[in-house]
Amino acid sequence: MLPLIQAMVLLFVAAGAAVVALTRDPVAQALVVSFYGLLLAILFFVFQAPDVSLSQIVIGAVALPLMILLALTKIKKQEHEKKD
Amino acid sequence: MKRKTRTRFFLVSASVLAAVFLLGVLGLPPLGHYRGPYGDVVNALTVPERHVTDAVTLVNFDVRGFDTLGEEYILFTSVMAVALLLRRQRDEPRRRHRDHAPGRKGVEASDAVRVVSLVLSGILVTFGIYVVTHGQLTPGGGFQGGVILATAPLLMYVAGEFENFRRAVPRQLVHIAEALGACGYGLIGLATMAAGGAFLQNTLPFGTTGSIVSGGTIPLIDLSVGLEVSGGLAVLLIVYMEETLEHKEE
Repeated sequence: MLPLIQAMVLLFVAAGAAVVALTRDPVAQALVVSFYGLLLAILFFVFQAPDVSLSQIVIGAVALPLMILLALTKIKKQEHEKKD
Repeated sequence: MKRKTRTRFFLVSASVLAAVFLLGVLGLPPLGHYRGPYGDVVNALTVPERHVTDAVTLVNFDVRGFDTLGEEYILFTSVMAVALLLRRQRDEPRRRHRDHAPGRKGVEASDAVRVVSLVLSGILVTFGIYVVTHGQLTPGGGFQGGVILATAPLLMYVAGEFENFRRAVPRQLVHIAEALGACGYGLIGLATMAAGGAFLQNTLPFGTTGSIVSGGTIPLIDLSVGLEVSGGLAVLLIVYMEETLEHKEE
C-alpha cells in the first residue's frame, strides 16, 4: 500500500512542478507554487520525514508565496508610479 | 533562440537528465534498508542514552549543535541585513500604512474570513508553542514552531488591516525575542563549558523519556531557536509589509 501511495505522490509532484512552470501569470504562479509546496510536504510525509514536512508547509506553502506576492506588489507599484 | 530550437534543446537535455536520474534511483537501497553507520549510531543514542524520541531534533540540537548554531546566526544576520537595508530613512515621512493595491480598490474582508481568521489565529499560536516545546518528543522543533508562531498573526492582517497586525506583533517585542533567542543559544554553549564540558556538550541530566523536560540541554536550545526564528521572521514580515503597503495620508 505504501509504495503505491509514494508512487502516486511522486507523480502528483512531477505534474505539479510542470503546472508551476507552465503558469505564465506571476500572481497566479505564486498561488500555484503554494499548492505545490503542500504537495512537497505530503511527499516528505509519505517518505517518513515529518520534520522536513513541517518546515516545508510553513516555508513553502506560506512564507514563500507571501514573499513573492509582496515583491510583485512592490514592482507593480513602481511601474504604476512611473506611468503617472 | 527560436521556440522550436529551444524545445529541441530542452527535450535533449531533459532526456539525458531523466536517464541519469533513473540510473541513480535504481541504484538506491529500498526504503528502510539503510546501509550507512551514522543512522544506527543516532538510533542507539536517541532513546536509550539521551531519553528523547525525535532523532531529528537530537541530531540538530545535540549531535551537531554547533552547526545549528551557525545556521541560526545565518538567519539572524540575514534578517538584520534586511531590516538595515529597508530601515526608515530620516527624510521619509512617518505615515500610517494602508493596504491598497495601485490601480484598484481594496476589498474589505468578509465576515466569514474574519470569523475563521479569529478562531484560527488562537489555535495556530497554541500549535506553534506546542511544536516548539515538544521538539524533542514529536516531529518539529524550534525552527518549525517559530515559523508557525511568526505567521499566525498574518491572519489578523487577512481579517483586518495592517495596523491590527502591527499592534498584535509590536516591533520592539519581536526584536527582543530575536536577540534573546540568538544570544541564548550561545550562552547555553558557554554554560556547558563552565560546567566542565565542551562547547554545547549535553551536560544536563537527561530526565525521563517522554517528559517535556527530557533530553538535557535539548529543550533549552529548542526554546532559544524558537524565540530566534519566530522573532526574526516576524521582523522580516513587518519590514517587508511596511515597505510594500502604501502610505495613508493623515
